[in-house]
Parts: sequence; structure tokens; C-alpha cells
Amino acid sequence: MTRFTQGLTRTPFYVLTGGLAVIFLYPIIWTAISSVSPQPGSAQVNGFGFGNYETVLNYQAGLWTYLGNSLVISATAVIATLVASTLGGYAFARFTFPGKNALFLLTLAILMVPYATLLIPLMTWLKTIGLNNTLVGVGLVLAVFQLPFATFMMRISFEAVPKEMEEAALVDGCGSFGALRRVLLHAVKPGLITVGLFAFLAAWNDFMVPLFLVGGDNAPLPLAMVNMRQQVMGVIDYGATQAGVVILTVPCVLLFLVLQRHYVNGFMSGALKG
Amino acid sequence: MTLTQNPPTAAGTPRVTSRRSARTRRSLRAWAYASPTAALVLVFFVVPVVLVFFMSGSDWPLLAGNKGFNFPDNYTDVVDQRMFWPAIWFTLKYTVIATVLLIALGLGLAFLVQEASRWRAFLRTTFLLPTALGLASASLLFYALYSPQVGPIAPLLEKLGLTEGVVSPLGTPSGALWSTVILIVWRFAGFYMLLLLVGLQSIPGEVYEAARIDGASRWQIFRGITIPLLRPSLALSTIMCVTGSLLAFDQFYILTKGGPDGSTMTVVQLVYSLAFESKRDLGMAAALSVIVLLALVVINVVQLRALRGSDDDVKKKGAAA
Repeated sequence: MTRFTQGLTRTPFYVLTGGLAVIFLYPIIWTAISSVSPQPGSAQVNGFGFGNYETVLNYQAGLWTYLGNSLVISATAVIATLVASTLGGYAFARFTFPGKNALFLLTLAILMVPYATLLIPLMTWLKTIGLNNTLVGVGLVLAVFQLPFATFMMRISFEAVPKEMEEAALVDGCGSFGALRRVLLHAVKPGLITVGLFAFLAAWNDFMVPLFLVGGDNAPLPLAMVNMRQQVMGVIDYGATQAGVVILTVPCVLLFLVLQRHYVNGFMSGALKG
Repeated sequence: MTLTQNPPTAAGTPRVTSRRSARTRRSLRAWAYASPTAALVLVFFVVPVVLVFFMSGSDWPLLAGNKGFNFPDNYTDVVDQRMFWPAIWFTLKYTVIATVLLIALGLGLAFLVQEASRWRAFLRTTFLLPTALGLASASLLFYALYSPQVGPIAPLLEKLGLTEGVVSPLGTPSGALWSTVILIVWRFAGFYMLLLLVGLQSIPGEVYEAARIDGASRWQIFRGITIPLLRPSLALSTIMCVTGSLLAFDQFYILTKGGPDGSTMTVVQLVYSLAFESKRDLGMAAALSVIVLLALVVINVVQLRALRGSDDDVKKKGAAA
């Protein structure tokens, strides 16, 4: 027992922590159950069933459209983040080149300027470069705001790999890209998983960037769910809202539980060294 | 230096190649690797930063586009907005409440799950689980939770005699504030627990042993050892929490829409409102964005300096001990 919890004897400790666990789990379980329960004003008026999910399935452009939008945005963000941070992290860890420090500091400066303050110019700028109201545009914007963490993470991952490993590959006739692809990528896999997971969760869940930058049928799932709630004046279909929350949450919770170790480790290395 | 690991020159290359051109080639190769990062940073970060300053000095209605410079009209107009000072005041108030609660609860949870055991591992996962939810999903979830029609909270409050008749907890200014705070605490407490747990576990056990042998009480140990040695983690958590709260948007947009009566309007929500709802004026929204941006840079610099200061303090104390 810790010095702190020593004072609590076993029973009060279990009562306290058990109570806390219930409080933390309750909202999630409540939504999951409510989404299939009968509720006034929803598609699920009598008995249990999936009426609310049908409402979401057929809401405006349809669930599959919004889900597809979310997937395109997330895939763009994850791929762009992984490619940029892997190549960039490699360059920062293994090369000296003019402008290196300036570029690294500029990348970290993204942390200082949160994207909430850049959405107004981004709206205008994306229109200029032909990316307005596009899913790829949203994905790239989200990727950029993952870059400080991702680049930092990949840089320390590459720095942790012994130089002898790639030197052996270089002696065997690989170019630096060959060494990166055949040898180093395997060594930095944990970093890649962490960066990819964080980028996916951030992009999948983001609401604000799409709210400013896309509309109509290009809405990803979180935006579509919020719009659905506001659709009918005065009457809110809570059943459909809860079904939407469940649909949004299930992939994240599954991914979180499966990759929890990576999540916690990645988080800790970021927190400690960041 | 990293230059020691020159790539082996290809078999046919004559060895007389000057060192300088080899270095240039290496630099070019490095830049090729760094180019995706550089391109993303340039196009989606540097340009928007420059553009937000440009737009903030321009007459730029939402639908009509740029109509030329009008500096400093947007800035004076923004400050004259009825909601300008209330939004700043509310954002600051919310930031203080959220930060104090999240750090205190995060620390409390970290103590509870600090030791390794099966039950504590389960608790850690449980407290962290809300972190996996998006803020928008969590806000929608709590919106239903607070609803008098379907949620359990409103009837409970009525039963406790705290409200008369079934009304939403979101219906009054203080109710809306605290309902949002509860959502945020639920969503982020585990996150700060994890951050502080990392700090707690980096404190060597011998320090505690020594203090206990010297007869220090639990409270003395907490104040004299845990808190000082945890200061870097506490400072980092505080910075993240303050920055995040000052930019609060999703939770208020979804739960309260700034209401009732504009009582929960945050600064970033005001940016959105100026651009799309009340004024439909991108110039004014850009001006407010610039104000927020500059304020945050200043706040972050001050906080980082304090963080570094606290680091030095700890080192000095460590050296003195």
C-alpha cells in the first residue's frame, strides 16, 4: 500500500474506489442501454430494439456517407502524419542540415498556436488552393496539428535505435532510404503505432475543424450527429442521439482497450520528454 | 557529430569528390526527407498564421470576401461587442475552475491507483476510458444525460429538492457552468491522473524510506517530498489544462450554445459566432482570433518560464539535500 492509502483500511478503500469506478463507467453504460431502450419521441417507442440505429442509418445523407467521410478524414490524417513524421523524424535524428533547427522549432511552434485561432484564415486559404469543403483538406489540417507530437516522438524513436543497425545495412549496399525502409522502420514500430493511434483518435473525434471547414454531405460523423440533434426545432430525438454516440464511441473504445499499452507508454514518453 | 556516418560512396565514384559536395548532397538528401514536414508546416501553419493577421486588418464579410484594408476597425469593433468582456471573463472563470478541479482530482486518482495490483490496474483503465471518447461524443452523451425527458440527472435533482419541477440542469447560468464542468472532469480526470502518475512513479522509493525513518508524518511527507518532486508534472498538467480550457469550444457549443442568455459564451465560441452567426464578419472573427492567439502565446511563454523555474528549484533543492 502507498503511504497515502495506508491510512485507509481495506474496506473504505474498496468502497471509495468502487464508487468512483461506477461513476466513471455509468455514463457509457447508460448510453449503450438507452440507445436500445424505449423512449418517447424516438423510433424506439415500445420494447427494446434497434429503431434508433435505423433513424441514424437513414438520417439525411445516411450513416454510411458520414461514416465514409470520417474514414477519409481519419485515413488522410493518419497517413499524412505517419509519412511526414517518419521521414521528418529520421531527418532530424540522423542528419545535420542547414535550417534543421529552424524547421524543428517551427514544427514545435504549432503547439503555441492552437488551431482554434487559425480556422478563419484556413477557410479562406483552403478555398484559394481548391481544398474548400473537402475531406482531404480537413484531414491535412488535422495532420498538421498532430505534427509536433508525432515528429518529436519519431525523432526520439530513431535516436534510440543504435547507429550500428543502419550502418550494417548501409555497408550491405542499401541507400539511406533502403536502410530506413528495411531496417529502421521495424525498430521504430512502437512509435509508429502510438503516432498513428493518436492521429486516428484525434481525427476521428474532431468536431471543430469540420464545423468550420466543411458542410452538408461532407460532414463527418461527429458533426452529422450534432447537426441531427439540432435538426428538428424544439423536439430532440434523444434515442437517435444516443445511438449516434454509441456508433462514434465503439471503435475508439475497442481501439483503446486493444492498444492500451501503446497508448499509455506513448503518452508517458511524450509527457516525460515533452 | 552525426557526420561521422557518411554513406559509403558508390563503387564508381572517384574518391577525390570534395568533402564539400558530399556534405551538400547529404544536406539535400536530409531536406528531401524533411520536405513533407516542411510542406505541411508551410502550407497549413505558416500561411494561415500570416493570413489571420492580414484578415484581421481587412474588411472581410463572410459572403462578400475581401473588400480592402480597414485596420484597426475590426479590433475596435470586436472590443465594442456586447459579448466581448463577458466572454473573456467567463472563459477565465471556467479555466480556473476546470484547472483546479482537474489537477486536484487527477492527483487524487493517481494516488489511488499508484500501486501495482489487479484491482488498481482495472481502476486505471476505468478512469482512462472516457479519454477514448471524443469531446463532441462525450458532450452529446452528457446532453442526453442532463435532459429532463430521458436523463436520470434532472429527476434526481428534483427528488433532492434542488430544482422545482423537472427542468434541465443546463437551464440556469450556474447550472450550465457546473454541468459542463462535470462533463469535463469526467472526460479529462483520467488523462491528468496518467500525467501525474508518471511523475509520482519517477520519485524514488528511497526518498520516502529516508523520510519515514526520520519520523516524518504522512502530511509532512506529502508536503515536503511528494509535492516538490512532483512540481514538473504538476506544472506541465497545469499548462495543458489552462491552455485547453482557455480554448474551450466543443463542450459549450454542444451543451449550452453559449446560453442561457450568453452566460456561458467562451472566447472561441465568440469567434465562431462573429464569423457565422451574429455578424457574419470574417475580419472581426480574425481580429478576435489574433487577440486569442497573442494572449495564448504570452500565457504559454509565461507558463513555460515558470515550469523551467520550478525545474531549477527542484534541482537546487536536490543539490542542497
